[in-house]
Amino acid sequence: MDLILTNLTGLLAIGFIVWWFWLSTPRLEHVAGDVIDIMVADGVYAPARIEVAAGRPVRLRFLRQDATPCAEKVLFDDLGVAADLALNETTEVTLTPPAGEHEFTCQMSMYRGRLIAR
Amino acid sequence: MTAAPEHLTRLSITGMHCAGCVSRVEQALKNVPGVTEANVNLAERTASVAGSANAQQLIAAVQAINYQAAELRGLEDESKKEAAEYAHYRGLLRKFIVAAIVGAPLMIAEPLGLMPHVGVPATLPFWLVVGAATLFVLVYAGGHFFRGAWKSFLGHNANMDTLIALGTGTAWVYSILVVLWPEVVPSTARHAYFEAAAIIIALINLGQALEMRARGKTSEAIKRLIGLQPKTARVVRDGKELDVPIEQVGLDETVRVRPGEKIPVDGEIIDGRSTIDESMLTGEPLPVEKQVGDAVTGGTINKSGTFLFKATRIGADTALARIIELVRRAQASKPAIGRLADKISAVFVPTVLIIGVLTFLAWFNLGPAPRVSFALVATMTVLIIACPCALGLATPISIMVGVGKAAEYGILIRNGEALQQAGRLTAVVLDKTGTVTAGRPTVTTLVAVSGFEESELLSIAASLETGSEHPLALAIVEAAKERGASVSAVEDFDAIAGHGVHGRVGGRDVLLGNDKLMKKFNVALSELPVRATELAAQAQTPMYLAVDSKAAGIVAVADPIKQDSKSAVARMHALGLKVILLTGDNRATAEAVAKQVGIDEVIAEVLPEDKAKKVEALQARGECVAMVGDGINDAPALAQADVGYAIGTGTDVAIESADVTLMRGSLAGVPDAIAISKATVRNIKQNLFGAFIYNTLGIPVAAGVLFPFTGLLLNPVIAGAAMAMSSVTVVSNANRLRFFRA
Repeated sequence: MDLILTNLTGLLAIGFIVWWFWLSTPRLEHVAGDVIDIMVADGVYAPARIEVAAGRPVRLRFLRQDATPCAEKVLFDDLGVAADLALNETTEVTLTPPAGEHEFTCQMSMYRGRLIAR
Repeated sequence: MTAAPEHLTRLSITGMHCAGCVSRVEQALKNVPGVTEANVNLAERTASVAGSANAQQLIAAVQAINYQAAELRGLEDESKKEAAEYAHYRGLLRKFIVAAIVGAPLMIAEPLGLMPHVGVPATLPFWLVVGAATLFVLVYAGGHFFRGAWKSFLGHNANMDTLIALGTGTAWVYSILVVLWPEVVPSTARHAYFEAAAIIIALINLGQALEMRARGKTSEAIKRLIGLQPKTARVVRDGKELDVPIEQVGLDETVRVRPGEKIPVDGEIIDGRSTIDESMLTGEPLPVEKQVGDAVTGGTINKSGTFLFKATRIGADTALARIIELVRRAQASKPAIGRLADKISAVFVPTVLIIGVLTFLAWFNLGPAPRVSFALVATMTVLIIACPCALGLATPISIMVGVGKAAEYGILIRNGEALQQAGRLTAVVLDKTGTVTAGRPTVTTLVAVSGFEESELLSIAASLETGSEHPLALAIVEAAKERGASVSAVEDFDAIAGHGVHGRVGGRDVLLGNDKLMKKFNVALSELPVRATELAAQAQTPMYLAVDSKAAGIVAVADPIKQDSKSAVARMHALGLKVILLTGDNRATAEAVAKQVGIDEVIAEVLPEDKAKKVEALQARGECVAMVGDGINDAPALAQADVGYAIGTGTDVAIESADVTLMRGSLAGVPDAIAISKATVRNIKQNLFGAFIYNTLGIPVAAGVLFPFTGLLLNPVIAGAAMAMSSVTVVSNANRLRFFRA
C-alpha cells in the first residue's frame, strides 16, 4: 500500500512540476501605461509579466532591493538593451519594444520577466 | 499607469542671450509631460527641472527650440556600490558563522557516536532543542533562500533558491517528523538530518560570500575608468578662477588645467599649449602635443603646460562617459555561445526537481533498507549538488572581465557577438590610407639634376602648387614650410587632369606631373625615369619637375607606413590569419606598401563604394573576414565584415561605428583585440565545459548511480560544499583573464 501511495504521489509531483513550471502561464500582472515600476527583490521581478503598447517608448523603472550580485544587471537580450541596477535605487530603462514577447533576465537568467508588446 | 517619483534634473543650456530666451526654454521644459516646475537661470545658463520626466526628454525639448542642453552630473560614484556590496558580503559571512556554529558541533558529534538516539522519549528534549536551533539557522541564515523560492514559485519560476530551500527544508521537516512522531517511519530509517541542513546553509552562504569577493574584481575595469574623472574642475567665472565640483561644469564654460592635473571634461583649447597623456583611454603610450583649437578629453592628464579650454561636452556626453557606457553595455551582452547555457538554465531547475522525485522513487522501490533514509538522502543530495548558477555565470562573467581587459588596451568591444566572431576569423582586410599608412602624405624624396639644388626644387614646386588643393600639392607646400624653402607667387596656373600642373614661377615656365605631362610638353627626362621606377617600387609617388622645358628633377611624395604596421601584420600571421590590403590607390603603390609590411594579397584600385562588395566576395570565398578601416569612410565595409574594426586616432572617434573600436591609431590594436577575444572565448568555453561536466556528473553521482557498483552514496554536506565551490571556481577562472598580456 505504502509503495503504491508513494509512487502515485511521486508521479503526481512530476506531473505538477511539468504543468506548473512549463505548461501553465502565469497571469499577466500588469497592463501598462508608459511608466512602470518594477521591484527587484527576493529572486524575482515584480511585476514579471508586463503588457505594453508595441512601437511606443516605455519607461521601466527598476527598484533593486536585492543585494545579491545576480540582481545587478537587467538584460533585454533580443532588444540589445542592458542596464546596471544600483542597489536601493531606481534605475530607468527606456525602450521601444516591437510587437512580440521580450524576455528580460538577470545575467544568469535566474530572474525572469516578460514584456509583452501588443 | 504607475506614477514615476519626482526628482530634480539640472541642465546646462547654451544659446540663451536674453529674458525672452529664458521664458522660451522654461515654457518648453514645462510642456514636457511629467514636469511640475522648471526654473532657468540666465546668469548661470542652467535649468532646474522638477518632476518625473527624464533628462533625455528634457534635453530633446530644449533642442527642439534650437538651444543646446546637457545634464549637469558627474559619473556615478562607485564607492556607494562598493559599500553596499561590502555590507552584503559581511552579512553573508555572519550568516555563515551562525549556521556553522550550530551545524559544525552536530556534524562532528555524529560520527563520534556522541549523539543520542532519535525516537527515544528520553532524548526528545535534546532533539527539540537541536531542531529549534536548526530552524533558527534556516530562518536567519537561510530565510532569503526560502523567500526567493516561494516568490519564484508563485511566478511559475524556479531557481537556485528553490533547490536550496527544498533540499534543506526537506531535511529539516523529515528530521522533526522523526523526532516528534518516530512511529511513522520504519525504525531503521529513524535518523535526523538537522546538521546537514545547517551545514549546507553555512556552506552556501560562504560560497556566495567568496563569489561576491571574486566578482568585485571582475568589474575593476569600470571602476578604473570611473576613477579617471577628477572630482573638481577649476572654472573661470567673471574673471575669477574657482574650484567647483565636476557636476557643476556647464557647457561653454572656460576651464583652467595646470601641469599634472586631470582634464575634467571634454573641450577645445582656447589659450596655451601642452602635452597630454591620453594612454589611460587610448593605450597610446606617447603623450600628444596639443595647442589652441585642439580637442582635449576628460580623464586624460595634462603633462607640462598650463592652458584654458572651453567645455564642449559634459556629463553623460563626454568621451569617457560614452566609453564607460559602451563597456557596460558590452559587458552585459551575451554571444551565441552563451545561448545554449541560457536555454538549459531556463529548464534546469524544474528538470532537477523531476530528477529528484525520480531518485526518491528509484531508491524507494529498488533500494536496500532503510529505503526511506536512502531515498531521502539521495534526493536531498541531488537538489543540493545541482548548480544552475555555475552554468548561468559561465558566459557573462568571462565577458565582463574580457571586455574590461580590452578597454585597458584602448580596445572597445561593442558586444559579446563581436568577441565570439573574432575567434573564427580567417582573413583580415586592411584599408591602406590611415590604417596601414599614417594617412598624411609627405615629401619623401627629392632628386635634383645637376644645376639644381634640392631646396630650389622644393621651392619651385611649392610655389607652383600653392594654387592647387590636391593632397599631394598640400604635402609639397607643407614640406617647403617645414624646411624653410621660400615660396613665391604663381602665375598662369593650370591643372591638367590626369597629368599634373603647369604655371609660371619667378618668370620661369614650370611643369610638375607625371611622364605623360613631360611628353606632352616635349621635356627630355634622360635618366630620371629609372629613378622614378625605383621610387614607385618603394611605395612613393614620383612627380617630374621641369623648368623652362628642361628636366630639373623628381619630387616624390608618400604616405609613410605607420611604425608598427609591419610587426602588427606579422602578429596577425602568427594568429593564423591571411592579411589582405584593400585600397583605391594604384596597384604599383599598393603592392609596394603590401611588400614592405608583409601583406599576402592586394586588392587595388577599388572605388570607396565598392569596398563592401569586395568584402562580400571574400566571404563568398568562405573567408570569415575582419575589416579594419577608419570607421567613417569605410563604414559600409566595416558593417559587411564579420567583425568591423574602426581604427581611430586619439579619443575623438565614432565609438559606436564598429563592432570593435581601436582608440589607439596603431594597427597593433587589431592583433591585440583578436588575441583578447580568443582568450575570452576560450575562457567561456572552459567555464561552460566545467559547469556542464560538474552538473552532468554531479547529479547522477548524487542520485546514487555508483551505489550498485561501489556502494558509494554522496553525503549531502559534501554536495553543499561542491555546489558552493562550483560558482566560485567559475568566477575565479574568469578572473584569470585579468592577467592577460597581449
